[in-house]
Amino acid sequence: MNTDEILKNIKDKFGSDVLEVFKKWETRANITIKPVSLVQIAEYVFKDLEFRFIIATANHTKKGFEILYHFSKDNIGLIANLHVILPVEKPEIESLTCLLSGANWIEREMHELYGIVFLNHPEPEKLISEGNWAEGVYPYRREFK
Amino acid sequence: MVKKTLIPIGPYHPLQEEPELFKLYCEGEIVKDIKWETGYNHRGIEKLSEKKTYDQSFFLVERICGICSTSHPFAFANAVEEIGNIEITNRAKYIRSIIGELERVHSHLLWVGLAGHFLGYNTVFMWAWKYREPVLDLFEMISGNRNSYAMFKVGGVRRDIENNKIPQILKVLDLVKKKTDMLVGAVMDDPVIHARTKGVGILTKQDIIDYAAVGPTARASGVDIDVRRDDPYAAYPLVNWKVITAEKGDVFAKAEVRLLEMYESISIIEQCIEGLKKEKEGDINVKVKEIPEGWGTGHAEAPRGEVFHYVLSDGSNSPARHKIRAPSYTNIATFKKSCIGQTISDATISLAAVDPCYCCTERMAVAYDSKTGDRILNGNELIALSAKKTQNIKNQF
Repeated sequence: MNTDEILKNIKDKFGSDVLEVFKKWETRANITIKPVSLVQIAEYVFKDLEFRFIIATANHTKKGFEILYHFSKDNIGLIANLHVILPVEKPEIESLTCLLSGANWIEREMHELYGIVFLNHPEPEKLISEGNWAEGVYPYRREFK
Repeated sequence: MVKKTLIPIGPYHPLQEEPELFKLYCEGEIVKDIKWETGYNHRGIEKLSEKKTYDQSFFLVERICGICSTSHPFAFANAVEEIGNIEITNRAKYIRSIIGELERVHSHLLWVGLAGHFLGYNTVFMWAWKYREPVLDLFEMISGNRNSYAMFKVGGVRRDIENNKIPQILKVLDLVKKKTDMLVGAVMDDPVIHARTKGVGILTKQDIIDYAAVGPTARASGVDIDVRRDDPYAAYPLVNWKVITAEKGDVFAKAEVRLLEMYESISIIEQCIEGLKKEKEGDINVKVKEIPEGWGTGHAEAPRGEVFHYVLSDGSNSPARHKIRAPSYTNIATFKKSCIGQTISDATISLAAVDPCYCCTERMAVAYDSKTGDRILNGNELIALSAKKTQNIKNQF
């Protein structure tokens, strides 16, 4: 499958759960999805389409907490980001760790840096801030005027 | 009740890029569980990068890793140039690839030496590190530094490799190639090394996919991924080379992949030098006015695997968000699969096999945990145990 087919496939399969598909060029794409359907879509991308999980990037913007789950389809050099936007008041999303162990550390890191809660994380212990940081302080959060 | 022995590996070690603590919980000789603690020295580089200009960030990301210092600038340059849609000159592409591959050669030599040391083969350690030195000398000749070369910038490279330096580079490559033959012979033909590394610390293909491991760790388990080929950048699409893979996933397979990759790296450098000769000297930069709004995902194949940088630009002269993922971040987590069930003396080399450079914890004293009464072994004891096992095997041959 080429990039267009993959993107069409995801859009057809998940319909309204996929909010926006943006192909930057042949090897880069961004797929904005509803947070509730993350596990379902990630499972399809990871298991059925055989993408490799690279890492996730969290960011605090005026829209809320944005997370990009970077996946790669190595045989065509495609990096596709599953993009979710979480509300600032309730930054919660289902954990992907049960699906792929590679998400374990980064989810814990995102929790410590941004305060995003990953529901049903099998190992919700501190990763980088053990004994070092004050409770409830999330250093990568921003302040917007 | 079976008494558990706790073996701490880390947190501080002169060879590690970052301090991390691994706790091996053992029953008798067998590792039963492994836990880790990180964050001893969280430097906040991602946040720091947002306060620097794009040019300054290169110096910052170069300091993420002390061994493969050019892999982060490489990925960062790829990401930023993707945002700006910047195409660099062929000469700059060749220089970037030469630097990247020289780094792979010296990093793999470093690993071979360390792996030899952990197995009790100090001659391999001395050889590998001895022949790594001329490679570092090359870096000094090219960039002025043995490490942290500051060669990369948006739109090209900072320094040229003038044609008059080429004979010296070729001379060193010739030497390294001969010595690689020697090291390959020392590792591939030694029955004791086979006995110590085959079937040890096995990672299956499924483990690699599940833990998102990359680089030689993945390729040794039959996962055929290499960013240089899959998403080509710099001069890699302009030269001929092949991705080295192995199937078994044990320590031996990882050593095999790294050793054979050195030949490929040398071949890439030689071809890049041929390409360099055809390009005009000094044509190493394109003019970059500004980085527009947008995002870029750059990755590069470092000696330990894929380095990944995500850069979000708001049109200013600094990144609005800069996410960095080093290969060890995902590779280290595979310890949970490779170490549990191994003997302690094999755990040393299993941990070292993903090349995070652990195993020697000089700062740890032999002691008993005051709370639990569990015995604590230090790093030197661990290496001594491993060396003793090799000696026992040697005696059988």
